[in-house]
Amino acid sequence: MTSASNTMSEQPAAQGAAPAVLPWRRLFYWSVRRELWENRAIYLAPLVMGGVALIGVMLSTLALPRVLRAVARGDAKHTEALMGAHSFVAVAIMITGLFVALFYCLSALHSERRDRSILFWKSLPVSDLMTVLSKAAIPIAVTPVVTFALIVAAQVVIYIWSTIVTVLSGNSPTLYWSHVHLGLMWTALPYGLVVNALWQAPIYAWFLLVSAWARRVPILWAMGVAVVPAVIERGAFSSAHIAHFLSERFFGGFGEAFSIGGKGEKPIHEFSQIDPLRTFSSPELWGGLIVAAAFLAAAVWLRRRREPI
Amino acid sequence: MACIEARGLRKAYRNTVALDGVDLRVEEGRILGLIGPNGAGKSTALMAMLGLTSYEGELKVLGRNPWTERDQLMRDVCFIADVAVLPRWLRVTEALDYVEGVHPRFDRAKAEGFLTGTTIKRTSRVRELSKGMVTQLHLALIMAIDAKLLVLDEPTLGLDLLYRRQFYDSLLNDYFDRSRTIVVTTHQVEEVQHILTDVVFLDRGRVVLEASMEDIEVRYLEVAVGPDQLAAARALQPVHERSGLGRSFLIFDGADRARLAELGEVRTPSLADIFVARMPQGTAA
Repeated sequence: MTSASNTMSEQPAAQGAAPAVLPWRRLFYWSVRRELWENRAIYLAPLVMGGVALIGVMLSTLALPRVLRAVARGDAKHTEALMGAHSFVAVAIMITGLFVALFYCLSALHSERRDRSILFWKSLPVSDLMTVLSKAAIPIAVTPVVTFALIVAAQVVIYIWSTIVTVLSGNSPTLYWSHVHLGLMWTALPYGLVVNALWQAPIYAWFLLVSAWARRVPILWAMGVAVVPAVIERGAFSSAHIAHFLSERFFGGFGEAFSIGGKGEKPIHEFSQIDPLRTFSSPELWGGLIVAAAFLAAAVWLRRRREPI
Repeated sequence: MACIEARGLRKAYRNTVALDGVDLRVEEGRILGLIGPNGAGKSTALMAMLGLTSYEGELKVLGRNPWTERDQLMRDVCFIADVAVLPRWLRVTEALDYVEGVHPRFDRAKAEGFLTGTTIKRTSRVRELSKGMVTQLHLALIMAIDAKLLVLDEPTLGLDLLYRRQFYDSLLNDYFDRSRTIVVTTHQVEEVQHILTDVVFLDRGRVVLEASMEDIEVRYLEVAVGPDQLAAARALQPVHERSGLGRSFLIFDGADRARLAELGEVRTPSLADIFVARMPQGTAA
């Protein structure tokens, strides 16, 4: 049956006008754009949350002249507060991005089966592998880029706003400028976001796999498989190794990037202590990526074979 | 080369056999109607041809194995598997952009041309369109793709009569040329019979009849006879008989036209009549 499989491709293409195969980059680009059309929350939710956090920070600058006077006196707590406003907005945007990415993964391969639109997508020459990879690219590549862009934009706004408030209150902005180091943050942040995305990759891949597999309520399957063993372990041995392992996977990405020797145990104190070589050669990081690849391969396999719900 | 060739095609689900040894051959440039009652295996046959389901037996579509070579096959094959599968969130312009982006054989100007003849707004989302408009949009997208094989599974289900007519007229006048092949399944036999070149009747997973429309016209005759001629007509072994308005209508397979004309008024039966005649008793929907 398969022996004569290539006879067609050896024939000259009909009419010869259009190329028979488009470059994969083009298919990938349109597949990702399609995801962003359907799931605008990927950038809108972090944008809104960033905006809300920004309003809070802007209100807090009412106290900025007083804070700067304290900083001038050498008050360490207030000095930290200057940078804290910038970190606060960053964390708000990052956490929102994380949750949107997780919910996105849970519905990405499920909703198309539920509304049967998978039959439309499958009527076009986009392979299951391309589809799953473009969906995996959202949490692993698109969300970090969106997060970084929004954080930079929000921090620029805070920086300019604080400068204006300072000047209007009759002070020189140089003191503010000398304590807020956005350049360093913007150098370290992309590194942290990349490490974090790769670190969390198996979680996203697992969620995608469940969404390709579950007939109903994928969230229960996705969480259940993690939570049930942790509860059993807790009950049986009063230990929390599984829970610890999972929370480390979930929240440990930045700790992995910004601590001495990884694992987030000893936070770094200056940027020169960042060690990408160690992070990117960490067996935990690579183990996670291999598991993620296996989950994604299974999702491709399932999408190829499963029929609409 | 045949566009579709199946030998001993079989598909069993857990409790039912959907396809029970189907042999089928569709030449290039034909319009095949796959007709059968509910559960006859029409959709399963199409799913197998499109690489959407696994099967036993031999199946070649455009010379390829649809299950193992689906990705390559889909460059030359297009299908409407069901009405209303366009995602509800999709905008008309996005649909055009996307298909243009991913399909090497999509002619956007052609699709825009089809849409110009409708009341569909470019900025609308699919969920804002009526069912008829969604079908028009889907058809505009699909007909602008220069595919070798187009497969349509109940494409007009749930549509108004007006849209159904338009759908098939459009398909025949704006899309079909002799180099393309179309396979269509439907319940509404009357509406497709004038566009078909070939027909396959399926029942309970088996092929009951496979013939070209020319063959059908030559082979099948229907004669309307009064009660006095009924016995003589029955003696010629009709394949089907029904009565109405004081006359009996008997369908014959391969009878002599001149002989029948002596008994009563002879005409070519409609596809629907032949369908009913060929379905085993009690299965015709």
